[in-house]
Amino acid sequence: MKIIVAGEAKEVKDGLTIAQLLIDEQVETPEYVTVTVNDDFIDSSKFEITNLQENDTVEFLYYMGGGRYVVY
Amino acid sequence: MSFTNEQLERYSRHIILKEIGAKGQKKLLNAKVLIIGAGGLGAPTAMYLAAAGVGTIGIADADEVDLSNLQRQIIHATKDLGKPKVQSAKETMNDLNPDVQVNTYHTFMTSENIREIIRDYDFVIDGTDNFPAKFLINDACVMEKKPFSHAGIIRFKGQLMTYVPGEGPCYRCVFKDPPPKDAVPTCKQAGVVGAMGGVIGSLQAMEAIKYIVGKGQLLTGYLLTYDALTMEFRKIKLPHNTENCPVCGTHPTITQLIDYEQAECDGAL
Ligand SMILES: [Zn+2]
Repeated sequence: MKIIVAGEAKEVKDGLTIAQLLIDEQVETPEYVTVTVNDDFIDSSKFEITNLQENDTVEFLYYMGGGRYVVY
Repeated sequence: MSFTNEQLERYSRHIILKEIGAKGQKKLLNAKVLIIGAGGLGAPTAMYLAAAGVGTIGIADADEVDLSNLQRQIIHATKDLGKPKVQSAKETMNDLNPDVQVNTYHTFMTSENIREIIRDYDFVIDGTDNFPAKFLINDACVMEKKPFSHAGIIRFKGQLMTYVPGEGPCYRCVFKDPPPKDAVPTCKQAGVVGAMGGVIGSLQAMEAIKYIVGKGQLLTGYLLTYDALTMEFRKIKLPHNTENCPVCGTHPTITQLIDYEQAECDGAL
C-alpha cells in the first residue's frame, strides 16, 4: 500500500505498524520522536498496535533542544 | 508619539512597506519582547529586533561570554570574553540602536521567577539550548497567556513554531515531556553550524515582528523544519486538537511550573 512519510510517497506492506515504520525509516531515537498520522497525535504507547492504512500521511517530529549538553 | 527626523530615516525601509508603515513602526517602538537565552538563537534575534526598533527588549541569560560561543553568538565579540552575556548583548543592541530600552536578567529562569518576568512583555522568544528551559518557557507562557516563538537547532538542522494562546498547539501538545534525565542512552557532543542560529533566530525575529505589526501568517499550528545539508524547508501542519494537552488542554493537569533536571555530559560544550 502507499503512504506518505515526511512528505514522500512510500510503498509499504499492508497494515504496517508505526513501530515497524520507525525501524524501517531508521529513526535513531524513536523514544524522542512525536508521530502524527493524518492530523492526529499518536501516543507512543500505541506505536506497536497502530496499523497504518492506505494513503495515511505520517510525520515524525523530532525533539530538538540545543547542542550544549546532550544529544538524544 | 511622533517620529523624530532621525527615526524617520532610521526606519524608512520599514515605513515604506505597506504592511508596516508608520503605524506598524509605532507598534514596534511600543512593543516589549523578552528574549530568553543570549546564545546562538538569541544573538541574531536580539540584533534584528533592536535594529527594527522594538522599543523594549528584555534579555535573560545566566552565563558569561566564552571563546567557544563566538563561532555563532554574533552579538558578542572577542573583547567581551568573560562579561555577562546579557551585558554584552545590551551594549551591542544599544550600539545598533539607542532607541531601544534593554532590560537585562542575569539569572536562570526558574519556576520561581519566570512568570513574573514574562508578565511585562508582549512576546517571548525561546532562544534556549536545553529541554528543561523549553518546557518551563512553554508552560509559563501558556499560564500567562503570552505568545512565544519556540526554536531548536542542532548540527545542520533547525526548527521553530509559534504559540499564540487559543490559536493552535503549544510546545507541550507536540512534545509531551522532556527526555527523562536518567533515560539517556549516550551523551555525545552535538555541535551546530554557527549560521544555523542566524537562519532560525532571524525567523524567530520575523515571527515577533509579524505578531507585533499584526500582518501575515504566523507559524501557529505549524512546525517549520530546516535541513541545511539538503537545503530543505518543510512547513509541517500540526494536529489542531489540543484538548488533551496537560497544560493548554481543556482539563490541564499541569497547573504549577516544573523545574526539570537537565541530564549533563561531562566536558561537553
Ligand atoms: Zn498544549
